Amino acid sequence: MRMLEIRNLHVSVGGKEILRGINLEVARGEVHAIMGPNGSGKSTLGYVLAGRTGYEVTQGEVYFDGENLLEMSVEERACRGVFLAFQYPVEIPGVGNMYFLKAALNAQRKFRGEPEVDAMQFLKLVKKQLKALKMDEVFLQRAVNVGFSGGEKKRNEILHMSVLQPKLALLDETDSGLDIDALQIVSEGVNALRSEDRAMVLVTHYQRLLNYITPDKVHVLAKGRIVHEGGKDLALELEKSGYAGLGIDDTETDRGASHAR
Amino acid sequence: MVADSQTISAVNQEYKYGFVSDIESETAPPGLSEHIIRFISAKKNEPQWLLDWRLKAYRHWLTMVEPTWAAVHYEPVDYQAISYYSAPKQKKEAPKSLDEIDPELLRTYEKLGIPLREQERLSGIAVDAVFDSVSVATTFKGKLAEMGIVFCSFSEAVQHHPDLVRKYLGSVVPHTDNFFAALNSAVFSDGSFCYIPKGVRCPMELSTYFRINTANTGQFERTLIVAEAGSYVSYLEGCTAPMRDENQLHAAVVELIALDDAEIKYSTVQNWYPGDKDGKGGIYNFVTKRGACRGARSKISWTQVETGSAITWKYPSCLLQGENSVGEFYSVAITNNRQQADTGTKMIHIGKNTRSTIISKGISAGFGQNTYRGMVKVLPAAHGARNYTQCDSLLIGDHCGAHTVPYIEVGNVTSKVEHEASTSKIGEDQLFYCAQRGLSMEDSVSLIVNGFCKQVLKELPMEFAVEAQKLLGLSLEGSVG
Ligand SMILES: Nc1ncnc2c1ncn2[C@@H]1O[C@H](COP(=O)(O)OP(=O)(O)OP(=O)(O)O)[C@@H](O)[C@H]1O
Ligand SMILES: [Mg+2]
Repeated sequence: MRMLEIRNLHVSVGGKEILRGINLEVARGEVHAIMGPNGSGKSTLGYVLAGRTGYEVTQGEVYFDGENLLEMSVEERACRGVFLAFQYPVEIPGVGNMYFLKAALNAQRKFRGEPEVDAMQFLKLVKKQLKALKMDEVFLQRAVNVGFSGGEKKRNEILHMSVLQPKLALLDETDSGLDIDALQIVSEGVNALRSEDRAMVLVTHYQRLLNYITPDKVHVLAKGRIVHEGGKDLALELEKSGYAGLGIDDTETDRGASHAR
Repeated sequence: MVADSQTISAVNQEYKYGFVSDIESETAPPGLSEHIIRFISAKKNEPQWLLDWRLKAYRHWLTMVEPTWAAVHYEPVDYQAISYYSAPKQKKEAPKSLDEIDPELLRTYEKLGIPLREQERLSGIAVDAVFDSVSVATTFKGKLAEMGIVFCSFSEAVQHHPDLVRKYLGSVVPHTDNFFAALNSAVFSDGSFCYIPKGVRCPMELSTYFRINTANTGQFERTLIVAEAGSYVSYLEGCTAPMRDENQLHAAVVELIALDDAEIKYSTVQNWYPGDKDGKGGIYNFVTKRGACRGARSKISWTQVETGSAITWKYPSCLLQGENSVGEFYSVAITNNRQQADTGTKMIHIGKNTRSTIISKGISAGFGQNTYRGMVKVLPAAHGARNYTQCDSLLIGDHCGAHTVPYIEVGNVTSKVEHEASTSKIGEDQLFYCAQRGLSMEDSVSLIVNGFCKQVLKELPMEFAVEAQKLLGLSLEGSVG
């Protein structure tokens, strides 16, 4: 069965159509990459899958693990295993990162009818993941994303993912802003989570990420539609000749295009 | 402090202390007169000087008008419709042990989570329980007495330590201070008294638990804490009331005195009944709290978490008299539904090099109105005084309000006063982020609010901090989404 099945998805934000008929299927165990020019709708796709308000689905269907995803609340999606690593992780002043993550894990476990983990168990678990990501323990005590550098925020998203162990992970430009070492560490973290019963969708601008994480498929999104699909080589091709080389109009949006005219 | 590592559970429940106990009590008929004051004084077997003091206060009160400067609105209180004395009937005048206390009363406190039997209590806290107008039990008295610490009901202090009471009563909040303080001085029925001798560090938290039970009664308690030179005490105050459709008046006075190098830490978790969703019922909490840092290097620290009450009118203050003395005020005030709060502090710098810190966190939800009103006054002689004020407001929804009214007067050029203020809303992006990690709307709000209040919550003693966190979640129930 498909983990994620998107059929003819149309999404408007503030009355403006951003996604214009997306079709995408991701099977269990697969890793897909989505590339595309700025403003093409990549983050919008992540938000709508996560259920953010203000992202209005005007047409189409989304199935997650065979169930209608669009009918579920944001937290239900999360508890069922949909994880979004944010392009811009949000700061929550005064709330310790570890405390936050423990509350999240236990909320998810409770939803699934599993016993909650206590402070000791959690500490053990989170420290293991922290070590794998070569993150300092101070990040457990610091307030969620507050004062984190760009790269630290991204790494923290991967920490959240590693602890929450989602079924479907959507990573929105998690590689942007990472230095070379961090990129490798984060990639290892992602690879460690690759498994037969997990699917991942990576949004990225750079083929270098795909040197570390080999995708099963690459999709190119432009102006709210998937305009190209291929294997991992597509990313290399893109890097060489750019979107224009593939015949993709990379003017940001319709509005942008008319402005340029 | 690891309060934030505890689980916050915003349990789905309404005000859970709203029950009424079926306890036979002796209640004075409604109305205020010299006769009633004499009745209260006689009931308590008070010395003549105290009766005279009450009468003086009463006569002064008659000349005063209720203050209207606070940003709160309510129907005028009919002071003749209130009963000024209500006490649970006891087998004897003063119970010698808990066995002589009405079992229903003990059950009431157990239901409130305050078991009075010492062996059932955490050993770190001694409790004085005030039920309606009188103190019903004080725990760990014996153990404290061995160190020379006096911790008892106010009535008992009048009997056994009249000189101390006479010396300090009204010395910080005079009977002429304000309308509600004058009223309290005339009719106060009980409260807690605490005396820490020279150089003694009180080994446990002292705590008073106030409970209003009887309908149509006012609660007018009086707390007096004296910390002799070099002593330390941490004092906690908690309060609840039944759910009733009528408003009930609570007008307390708290006086603190800290001598040389003494430190008093006073914490309140105020959870009086806030009234229902439409603003019906609830407690009018009109309270005067003031501490005098009389001695050099003395310190008084107020921490309050105000979640209950229909109306809160309260300004715990510090008179910084001693050189190098320190005053602190940490406050969280929540107003949800139709609640109104006008609260803050006064820091009066009198001595040289006195320092004060004010951290105020106001949270408004529903149709709640929250005003921070604070005064920082540096007298000309208070050279080198310092104040830092931080005043943050958090809004939840579009129908509530937050207001900040700082008064700053600096009488010399060597002092420095800083004021920072901010107003923010719980962000949609924050709520989405929390929900995306699996947290419910209520847990998310509770988490964000607790984060917002952290600076204040960390000042609370551990046991209270956990309680306060839960309370914040409960108070904001249903305010979002
Ligand atoms: N709330 C909003 N109101 C109006 N327009 C919006 C809103 N959110 C997104 N958009 C528009 O939708 C388009 C797609 O945005 P999106 O963030 O999905 O792009 P993206 O592909 O993730 O771009 P990038 O590579 O720069 O991250 C953009 O033109 C953006 O301006
Ligand atoms: Mg994006």
